[in-house]
Amino acid sequence: MEEQTAVSVTEITRQIKQSLETRYPRVWVQGELSNVKFHTSGHLYFTLKDEGAQISGVMWRSRVQTLRSQLQDGMKVTVRGAITVYPPRGAYQIDAEHIQPSGLGELQARFEALKRKLAAEGLFDTARKRVLPEFPESIGIITSETGAALHDMITVFARRMPSVELVVLPVRVQGTGAAKEIAAALADMNAFGGVNLIIVGRGGGSLEDLWAFNEEEVARAIAASRLPVVSAVGHEVDVTIADFVADLRAPTPTAAAELVVRDRRELLEVLANMWYTTRRRTEEVLRAERDHLHQLSGSYALNRPRDLLREYLQRMDEHTRALEVSAGHFLRHRQESTATLAGKLSALHPKNVLKRGFAIVRARDGVRTRADEVVEGESARIEFHDGSVAAHLEKRL
Amino acid sequence: MTAKRTARTSSFEDTLKRLEAIVESLEGGSVSLDEALDLYEEGIKLSRECAERLRSAEQRIRKLTKDAGGQFALNDMNNA
Repeated sequence: MEEQTAVSVTEITRQIKQSLETRYPRVWVQGELSNVKFHTSGHLYFTLKDEGAQISGVMWRSRVQTLRSQLQDGMKVTVRGAITVYPPRGAYQIDAEHIQPSGLGELQARFEALKRKLAAEGLFDTARKRVLPEFPESIGIITSETGAALHDMITVFARRMPSVELVVLPVRVQGTGAAKEIAAALADMNAFGGVNLIIVGRGGGSLEDLWAFNEEEVARAIAASRLPVVSAVGHEVDVTIADFVADLRAPTPTAAAELVVRDRRELLEVLANMWYTTRRRTEEVLRAERDHLHQLSGSYALNRPRDLLREYLQRMDEHTRALEVSAGHFLRHRQESTATLAGKLSALHPKNVLKRGFAIVRARDGVRTRADEVVEGESARIEFHDGSVAAHLEKRL
Repeated sequence: MTAKRTARTSSFEDTLKRLEAIVESLEGGSVSLDEALDLYEEGIKLSRECAERLRSAEQRIRKLTKDAGGQFALNDMNNA
C-alpha cells in the first residue's frame, strides 16, 4: 500500500466544513420535529427527520425569541438555515434562522388561534349582530375593482333590484397590505355613511389568496363598523374569520347580492295583491251601499243618496281608468281580472245601467220602481241614458 | 359630486308598511263607504309610487374616493 501524504483530522474536518458550508449557506428543509429541547441557555436543539434520514439542528437564543409557533415533537415544519459543521464532534447540523409549521398547517394554526381569541372577546356573539335593512336603497361594496366578484354582484343587482345604488370602494383583496386596505375601506365607508349596509368580499382562490379575510385587522374593522356588514368571501366551502364577525355570512359574492335585496318581481307581485285586495274590498263596500239604497228605493229619500252614489261611482271610475294606465305595466298578468272588475264596477253605474236598455220612470213625487206605485193617468218623465221624454201613464196591464 | 351624507331612510319600507295597514283596515270589515274610498285612493296612490320605484331600471354604480383632505367623492363607474 502506497503511503500518500496524510492530513490531520482537524484538516480534513476543516475542508469538509468549508465545502459543506459554502455549498449550503441557506437551505429550506422540510421534516418532522423530534427531540425538541429548549436548553436553559435559551438555545433550541432538535432533530429533523423523515422516513429515510435525520439531521440535527440548533437555533440560537436570539432567534428562538422570534418564533411565532409553539414547537413540539411530531410537528411537521420547514426550517430555514445554514448547514454547519461542528468540528469537536465531527457532526454537521442545520443552524436554523427560522422554523415554521409547514404550509397549510401553519395557516390553519393561525386561523384557529385568532378564532379562539376573538371568540373569547365576544366578537362573534349573536347579540352583536346588526339587523340588515329590509329595503336598502344604497349598498357599499368593498372588493377588487377588477375581480369577478364585483361583476357578479352588479349582475345580480341589475336583475333583482336595479333601483338600488351601489357605492364601490375598490381595494386589493390579496397580497401584502390587502388586509390593511380592506380594514381602512371599512372605516372609510362608515365615515362616508351614505349607504345602508356594506358587502365586503372577493371571489374564490387558494387559502393564501383569501388570507386577508383571516387577518385580525379586518376582523376588528368589521366589528367596529356602525353599518351592518355582509361577508362574501370565496366559495361556499371557504370560511374566514371575517365570516364569523360579519353580521351576515354569504357563501359567495353572488349570494350576498341575492341576500341583501328582495327580487322586485316578487315585490311587484305583493303590491299587485295588495292593490287587488284594496279594490275588491272597496267594491264590496260599494255594493253593500248600493244594496242599502235599493232598500230605500221608492221612498222620497232616494234621489239624494243616489246622487251621492253616483259621485262615488264616478270616483271609482276615475280611479279605474288611472289605474289601468299606471298599473298596466306591472300587473300585466292581472289584467284580465282587472278588466273584469272594472267591467263589474262600471256596470253598477246608473248611467251604464240605462245604456243596457233600462229606464227610470220619474213622477212628480219620485221615482216609480213598482207597477203598483203608479197612479193611473199621472204624468211622468222617462229617463234614458241620453235624455228624457215626457210620458202619460195609462192603466196597469 | 361630493359630500358626506347619510343614507336615505327607507321611504319604500314606510310606504309598503302604510299599504299593508290600508289593506288590513279594508279587510277588517266595518269601514264606511267614505272611509273605504279614502283608503282606496290612498292605497292606489301608494302602490303606484312603490311600483314606479321598483320599475326604475337605471342602475347607479358609483366609485367612492377620498382625497388627501379626507373628503369623499362619488364618481360614476362604468358598468364592468
